[in-house]
This record gives sequence, structure tokens and C-alpha cells, in this order.
Amino acid sequence: MLALAAAVALAPLALANNYHYEIAILVGLNAIVCVGLNLLIGYAGQISLGHAGFFGIGAYGSAILAARYGWPPVLALAAAVAAAAALAYAVGRPILRLKGHYLAMATLGLGIIISIVVATEDRYTGGPDGMSVPPLALGGVTLAGERAWYWLVGALLVATVWLSLNLIDSPLGRALRALHGSEVAAGVAGIDSPRHKLLAFALSAGIAALAGALAAHYTGFITPGKVTFQHSIELVVMVVFGGMASTFGAVVGAAVLTALPQLLTVFKEYEMVVFGGVMMLTMIFMPRGLVPTLAALAARRERAP
Amino acid sequence: MSAQLAQFLLSGLTVGAIYALVALGFCIIYNASHVINFAQGEFVMIGGMAAASFLGAGLPLPLAALAAVALAALIGMALVKFAVAPARGASVVTLIIITIGAAILLRGLATVVWDKRIHALPAFSGDAPIAVAGATIAPQSLWVIGVTALIVCALWGFFNRTLTGKAILAVSHNRLAAQLVGISVQRVLLVSFALSAALGALAGILIGPITFTSWDVGVMLGLKGFAAAILGGMGSGPGAVVGGLTLGLLESLGAGYLSSAYKDAIAFIVMLAVLVLMPGGLLGGRATERV
Amino acid sequence: MSLLRAEGLSKDFGGVRAIEALDFEIRPRAVFSIIGPNGAGKTTLLNILTGIYRPSAGRLWLDERLLEARAPHEFAAAGIGRTFQNLQIFFNMSALENVMAGRHLHERCSVAAALLRAPRLARAERACRERAAELLAFVGLDAYAGAAADALPYGALKRLEIARALAAEPRLLLLDEPAAGLNPSEIRDIDRLIQAIAARGITVVLVEHNMKLVMGVSDRVLVLDYGRKLAEGDADAVRKDPRVIEAYLGAGGD
Repeated sequence: MLALAAAVALAPLALANNYHYEIAILVGLNAIVCVGLNLLIGYAGQISLGHAGFFGIGAYGSAILAARYGWPPVLALAAAVAAAAALAYAVGRPILRLKGHYLAMATLGLGIIISIVVATEDRYTGGPDGMSVPPLALGGVTLAGERAWYWLVGALLVATVWLSLNLIDSPLGRALRALHGSEVAAGVAGIDSPRHKLLAFALSAGIAALAGALAAHYTGFITPGKVTFQHSIELVVMVVFGGMASTFGAVVGAAVLTALPQLLTVFKEYEMVVFGGVMMLTMIFMPRGLVPTLAALAARRERAP
Repeated sequence: MSAQLAQFLLSGLTVGAIYALVALGFCIIYNASHVINFAQGEFVMIGGMAAASFLGAGLPLPLAALAAVALAALIGMALVKFAVAPARGASVVTLIIITIGAAILLRGLATVVWDKRIHALPAFSGDAPIAVAGATIAPQSLWVIGVTALIVCALWGFFNRTLTGKAILAVSHNRLAAQLVGISVQRVLLVSFALSAALGALAGILIGPITFTSWDVGVMLGLKGFAAAILGGMGSGPGAVVGGLTLGLLESLGAGYLSSAYKDAIAFIVMLAVLVLMPGGLLGGRATERV
Repeated sequence: MSLLRAEGLSKDFGGVRAIEALDFEIRPRAVFSIIGPNGAGKTTLLNILTGIYRPSAGRLWLDERLLEARAPHEFAAAGIGRTFQNLQIFFNMSALENVMAGRHLHERCSVAAALLRAPRLARAERACRERAAELLAFVGLDAYAGAAADALPYGALKRLEIARALAAEPRLLLLDEPAAGLNPSEIRDIDRLIQAIAARGITVVLVEHNMKLVMGVSDRVLVLDYGRKLAEGDADAVRKDPRVIEAYLGAGGD
């Protein structure tokens, strides 16, 4: 935990120019979503193939309230996050009764419906061309520039990780892990599984929306391209690749897979082929994810001198 | 019947037939391996794109179609070898990501082997519209509906009358028991994936003349084929057909009478509604978990 | 005065009637066993008593008050705990954490307190940990306290489930075939454990096939056959009942 805070604080030493800062901010935003999503997938054992939808609600919600209705950006952001969490709460009740593939498909459908609405209601959202978003400002002070945004995103990432770790170590976290282990046994032990699943779902949705709103205000522009099935998949892959049931794994996964496409441009037209291949290979050979697999290797190395 | 209604019904049946073929592909693979093959839509894409490129190379249509279907079947079997078999026993999330990874890989290969342009396939028997009940239907639509009907009958015969077909059904009911009576699960997997891929490719070739084909045409078709499979009941062959046709009709009627802007959303709204209200779908049963 | 009373319980699965018109009474602080051939409906009955299945007909009375619980966690809150025939251990946690999870009903934790790591929570966590360690020792698993659950042998896992169920401080503990798959020495341990649990004032309901264990430890026995009650009464009376012998015990109970 301290290591992460230190990494965030010291990383600017390695960041040479604005482009690097931009990547770092992108990594941070993705990492925030992933930490939240990891609570749902890794700890509570559920799945969501539609989280880009909540990201989009955060982004577009804040954008529309700020740009079209003149709300102060910070208020717009808060409202958008609340809206996403509320939607997750409302839709989550019936959906989370489903398991496995059925739950995956339901969240997929939800995400796609949100993306279609966003692309179609062009009066509010600017349609497929997107809309511009006012910068984040509080009391006359506007947040501008790569460095300022870096510190904000970095601080929020550290805060999100802290909150997540607290939750996992608490009785609530145990309840989530229990219902992942065996939903039936959890119920019989007195754990209200539906309620806890809903908590994880709504919390992760709100966190995704927060990242979405921040992303919108940072780039100053938002398009439906960020609210697609593809984006939802990328988020899930980041979480699973980094390590399920590992908060740091989620951060690592986000970092690696956000930076990866930048590296993959080397492959030019083979970019998709390599990305798809990487996905398949890591799932086949490292199903528990990068961080847990490395941790297990390190533990074995320690035991065998 | 009003001409407009007839028009919507006919176009709904046409696209519904395609959804049915894709849904059947999902169903066969799901039954054999309990894997939801997110790469199913890519088989549709491969069918259309390969046929277009074989045609461009000078092959006559029937041969080009056959070659494309065969290619898809081979890729389906490769999928078993490289994706599904190595990951046996993995969790639902893992399997989903593997097949999605395969889908991305296939799409990437398509852009490399072919290109990112849109290709048109020639209609099988010309473009002259035929008048039916006051509406006009392109001859290709009749091909789509007709060939699909033939395929469904052939599949019914395959699963109920041939040994291979019954072996596939046996594995879907109880894998261990099937192995114990000597059925090779590996062979069943290969046949299932090859068959599903062939079905998908055929769908791509049938619909190619109407909706054109390109490297990313498989994404939406795959997802909607899913929705159709769930509507009909995941794992039920007849359900896939019923689900596909129903979804096609709902989409066409919805776009015609309610909102054409939200046409694509209809499939997913239906899917969500089915999952929440009757997860077993129209024809599926309810499973009870033994504790 | 009964602790749990069943009145007219029935359960249908499609066309199959798993349980029919079942009436029985569990008295407090006694060991009550449910026996019957496979398929007699024993596990179905346990599932109904813990809210996993909804009965098709009939009512349950707890302390002579109608039991209104619907979901499993409500049955647990009413004081009913259970173990499972096919282990439902939380394999993604350590042995100690499994038992700690069982304490859920006795932990008050709001979302805010959890997220912000309230200091009160740290104290509660320590108390929870100690209680869980006590329970592990009670069932004889103190050697495995720090171990991951998936490292434990089968016999230990069965006892871990019992510890987890006890963590909720139930008044009524349902044990579903705790002796299945155990060797005679382990079965003797289970026998002693059941008696120790009963000595703590917990009413134990035992579903078992091992007749020696059942007859040795039970006060009253319920015999099921094809989902119907065949006999209910004191252990001695039931073992001598000719109907029971004919249907189930065969040539003298083992």
C-alpha cells in the first residue's frame, strides 16, 4: 500500500514529457475502474461484461450536466457517480440472481443498451461524434495541465486502493469472499448474499463512473467509443490479467494493458492479432493472473533453497 | 394484411433465419463443451469474407461457398485445439476471456489476410424483387429462409438419426457417462466446433449479398445470435431456431413500428428481459442445483 | 415444549413428490436423528429447514411461533445452522477465515465503517479471530489454524464445517452425514464432538446412515421412507419397530 503511494509520488521522476504523463493518467484512470471491478469479479466472484456502460454514465452524465445545464463540474461529477450507482442498484437486484454465463450475458446486454442510448440520443450526447466537456473547476480554480491532473488521479487511485483494501479486510469483505466460495453455505451462515452482491455491484459501478467522469473532464471530449463492449472487455481483461482477488493485481493489470497497445503499435497491422493472442495465452497459462502467479512462484523459490 | 406489415414480416424472417443459424452454432458448442463461444460471430465473418475473396480469385459461387465453409470448419477445429482443450476445467470468466481473445485474434487476422474494406457478395439468383402479399422480397431472402429451413431439417436428422449426432447429445447430457460408454469427447468437440463454424460461415455467405461483409461484421451478429439463443433457451436446438426467428421478427417489427433508431437495442432489451423473467428461455427448462 | 415443529411439510419437484405430509417435533437439548434409505428425502428436508428450498405445503414452528423466514440467511438468523453432505467449504479462504465468516450474524459492520477502517472495527476483528480460534480448537483443528482451507484433509474439512456452523451460535444445528467417508477412528471423534456440542446446550439434528453412530448418540429418531414418516420416537423404540426393520434396518442394525 505504501509502496503504491511511493510509486505514485516518485513516478514523475521517470516521466519525461507530457505524453508520458498522459499515459500515466490513463493508466491511473483505468486502474481506478479495475480496482472497483476487481471487488466484483475477484472478491465477490461475479462478472460484468458491461462496466464500460457505467464508465459512460459517469462520463456522459457529468459532461451533459456541466456542458448543457451549466452545473458546476464537481457537482456534475458527483451526480453522475450517484446516478451510475443508483442504476446499478436498481438493475442489479434482478440481474444478480443469475449466475455464470447468464449473469455475464445480462451485464453484456446492459452495457450495450447504454452504449446504444448514448450513441442515439444525439440531442444530449452529440451522437456518434461525441461532445466537448468543460474542464474540472472548483470555486474558480480550473484544473489544467498534465501535471495537475496526474496528482489528482494519482491521489484518487491511492484513495480507491485504500478504501478497497479496508473493505476486503472487514467483515463485509469476508462476506463477499464467502459468497464467492459457496453462495449456499454463505446464506446458511447468515450472510445475505443478494444484498452483498448488490453492494459490490453498485460500488464498482460508482467507481467506474468516477473514473469515467474524470476522463471526460480531463480530455475535454467524450465519444461513444469509450462506452463500447470492447471497452468493457478490456476492463475485464485488465482485472483478470493482473490477478483476481488482488487489488494490486488490478492496478498492475491496468498498467500493463494500458501501456501495451502503445507498445503494440510496433506491430502495426498485427496489433489485434497479438492482443488477442496475449489474452488467450495468459488465460491458458496464467489463469490466476499475473500478480498471484508471480507471488506463488516467489513463494516456491523461497521454500526450495 | 397490409403491405407494410408483410414487408416487415418478410425482412424479419430473413434476418431471423440468420440469427437462427448463429444461435444453432452457439447451442451446439455450448452443449458439447459448456463454453459460450464468443468467437461464433467471427465464423460468420469468415464465411462472407472468404467467399468474397475466393470469388475474387475466380472460383464459381458454389465452389467459393464450399471452400469458405470448409475454411471456417478448419478454423473451428483449430479453436478446439488451441483454445478450448488447453483450458479445460477453467472458470467461467477464464473461458469467456479465452474465446473473446480468439475472436479478437480472428478479427485481426482478417484485417491482415484480407482488408478493412466492405465487400459485396453477388446474390445467388439475381436481384429482381419478387412480389409476395403486396410486399417485395429480394430473391436472396428466399434463399436465406429456404436454405436455413433445409439446414434445420438436416440437423434434426443428424442429431436424432446418426451415431455421431447422438454421441454429441450424449456428451452434452453427461460427459463422464459418455466417455464411459466409449465416446471420444475430443472427437465430439472437434465435430461440434466444425459444425458450428460451418453453420456460421453459411449464414455469412447467405446474408452477404444483402448486408455486405467486412472484417467486423461478426461482432453484432454474434451478439444478437446470442440473444436469440438465450431467447429460445440456451442449449436447446429447437429453441435456437424459434429464438432466432422470433428475434428477427421482433427487431423488424420494432424498428418499423416503434423506433428505427433503437433497432439494435431491441435484441439486447429482449435478452435482458428473458434473463430476468425466464432465464430458461422460451423452450428451455429450469435446472435445479443439487446441494 | 418443542424447539422446532413441522406440520404437514411437503415438497414437490415437478412430478416428483420428495416429501409428503411430514409432521415431527424436535425437542430442545436433545439429539434428534433423521434416518432413511437414500432418496427418502432427508437432505431435502434439511434444505427446507434452512431455507434453501421453499416447501410446497406445510408450516414450521420455532418455539411455538410460526417461522416466517424466507431466505437462508433469515433461517440462520432465527438460530438454525447446518453442515453439508457434499462439503461447501469456502476454499478461497483459510481455515480460520472460514470460521470467522461463520460469525457474520454477530458482527455489526456498516459499509462506511468497512471502507474507512473505523477503529472499533479493529477491536471487533480481533475478538472475532479469537472466537474463531477457540472454535477450531473445540473441534480439534487447532493445528490447522493458519492453513488454507484447500490444504486440509477430508476428515478435517468435515470438522471445519461444524466449527463454521457453530460460529453463528445456533440453537439448532443440523448435521448432514458428518460421518460419511470417515474411518472408524474419525467417526468416534465425531461421536464425541456431537456429545460435546449437545453438552453446550445446542440441539443437534443428525442425518446419518451409520446406524451405530445414530443409535449411540441419539435421544429421538425420525425414520423417513419415500418422503413419508415411517416412525418417530425414542431411539430404542424405533430400532425395535418392525416396520422400520423391514423397510430399512434389514438384518439387525450394524
